[in-house]
Amino acid sequence: MSATTAPAAARSPRGTALTAVVILAALGIPLVANSYQLEVLSEAWFYVLLCLGLNIVVGYAGLLDLGYAAFFAVGAYTAGLVTLKLGLSFWLSLPLAVVAASIAGVVIGGPTLRLRSDYLAIVTLGFGEMVRITVRNLSVTGGASGLVGISRPWLFGYKLSSIENYYYIFLALAVLAVVASHRLERSRIGRAWKYVRSDEDAARAMGINHAAIKLSAYVMGAIFAAIGGCFYAAKMTAIAPETFTFNQSLLILLGVVLGGRGKIPGVILGAIVVVVAPELFRDIGSMRMLVFALSLLLIMLLRPAGIWPERWRWG
Amino acid sequence: MPLQEILLQQLANGLILGSFYALVALGYSMVYGVIKLLNFAHGDLYMVGAFAGFGCLSLFSGWLGAGWAGIVPSILLSMVAVGMLGVVIDRVAYRPLREAPKLSVLITALAVSMLLENTVLAFTGGQFTAFSTDLGFTGIDLGLVHVTYTQMVLVGTSIVLMVVLELFVSRTRYGRAMRAIAIDQDACRLMGIDVNRTIALTFFIGSALAAASGVLAGVYYGSINFFMGFLIGLKAFTAAVIGGIGNIPGAMLGGLLLGLLEAFGTQIPGIGGQWKDVFVFAFLILFLVFRPTGILGKPEVERM
Repeated sequence: MSATTAPAAARSPRGTALTAVVILAALGIPLVANSYQLEVLSEAWFYVLLCLGLNIVVGYAGLLDLGYAAFFAVGAYTAGLVTLKLGLSFWLSLPLAVVAASIAGVVIGGPTLRLRSDYLAIVTLGFGEMVRITVRNLSVTGGASGLVGISRPWLFGYKLSSIENYYYIFLALAVLAVVASHRLERSRIGRAWKYVRSDEDAARAMGINHAAIKLSAYVMGAIFAAIGGCFYAAKMTAIAPETFTFNQSLLILLGVVLGGRGKIPGVILGAIVVVVAPELFRDIGSMRMLVFALSLLLIMLLRPAGIWPERWRWG
Repeated sequence: MPLQEILLQQLANGLILGSFYALVALGYSMVYGVIKLLNFAHGDLYMVGAFAGFGCLSLFSGWLGAGWAGIVPSILLSMVAVGMLGVVIDRVAYRPLREAPKLSVLITALAVSMLLENTVLAFTGGQFTAFSTDLGFTGIDLGLVHVTYTQMVLVGTSIVLMVVLELFVSRTRYGRAMRAIAIDQDACRLMGIDVNRTIALTFFIGSALAAASGVLAGVYYGSINFFMGFLIGLKAFTAAVIGGIGNIPGAMLGGLLLGLLEAFGTQIPGIGGQWKDVFVFAFLILFLVFRPTGILGKPEVERM
């Protein structure tokens, strides 16, 4: 059936037009925007990637991951170590980061996902702190000051260094993440994720290995973050442990929950709100997290499925 | 320092740290036992308790002094205030979601935790607040180590609170109602138990214990800040899991054990103080792999 394979937004002519306009506008922005606006928008696309990755864990599989920034850190530090300490190409860090994040995901998720899934929330919280403290304590990762002077990647003989370059890279990553999420959601494994989310016992009775399915969601989310982390390191050229705090994990989670977990357009919206809103309301400054906390609480109480919810009822 | 002295000193440190953990773990474990909710905000109630205690002590120190005469009423007042805050949180944030999927409730608990932390941050500006008392360092010498009266009172207070709680839950009508709700809420309603009131009572007691622990920690360490509840919440959960979550003696045992582990763990060469938190979480993960029900927990048996 062609309807089930077409992107959700493209099912209606209106949706197709909307998608086309959004993508064209996104492509054209660097022609008119100044570098501050490009910085903010690049970060927004970057958060779209991270939020879509976390959405696999929280939205599709219904698991709470509170240490998502740790996988982001794994990617960023892999890229940093590969280029700085090993002197290899940046592109080599992508497969290595994926492997590292998968191993970390299996080590953390493996033992905990067999148990009550609320244990996962707190174990991932602990894991997030463990990774941050570890990179701060080790000398190879540069201690508290982190890694500085990560070399820029080369693409077809061209050195990627300007903000426009990174704007397009993060836009491309966001689009890839949307396509990958969409394909995963409609795949056999995506249906299994949602089945386990809505009724674990029924899913098991149908022969779904619930632990393996949850673990695959967790690891898949980790891979998204690790890839994002590599490009983050390339863009910033400097990374420090304090980028990967619990608050970072919370912001990503907020993007997913605010917009509408389980629904791709909702998550994109949430990610953009989380990045752009604090820039629009600079005055709130230090109260940013307080405002976010309040909005998270109100969303959960008044509109538990998010601003742009998935059709499936979260109850 | 001779080895024996180090061991005795760490034993004392571990027991004090452990009694803080145990008090916080008790509330965590009680709430989890009764309504199966991981209350992320619990560590923050400990922090709010410390600030409430600090506020009371500042008011009282004028006429009662900053010794125990001022501290004891501050602890009691802080326990009542934070206990009521716990009840309000349950009423506003958790009760509307009683039948909602677990993920929604967990995210709500997280939002409450962020809200408490950032409210205190907004008021204090993120500064460390000095919690000064005039308890001094007088005490007795036990062989090689000096144990101050303050340290003895801290551990003593924790033990008294734990024993009272255990008696309350195992001997009184209210305790029996809590244990019944842990097994089957619907059946409890049919039996005429006021489920919402009993859950509110559970929140009151759990939050009050966290507050007591927070004030005691403020008295002991001499400084408090808005972030102090984050790590202790995590560690209290670890303690509750080690002891067997939902199990009161388990939470005490887990707390003390974790305090001792942390105190001795930092003495092992190669695991200095900077690694102690990693050490604790690694221990939690190992426990979840090899004995997920904890030391005193039994698999799939009624909890509490």
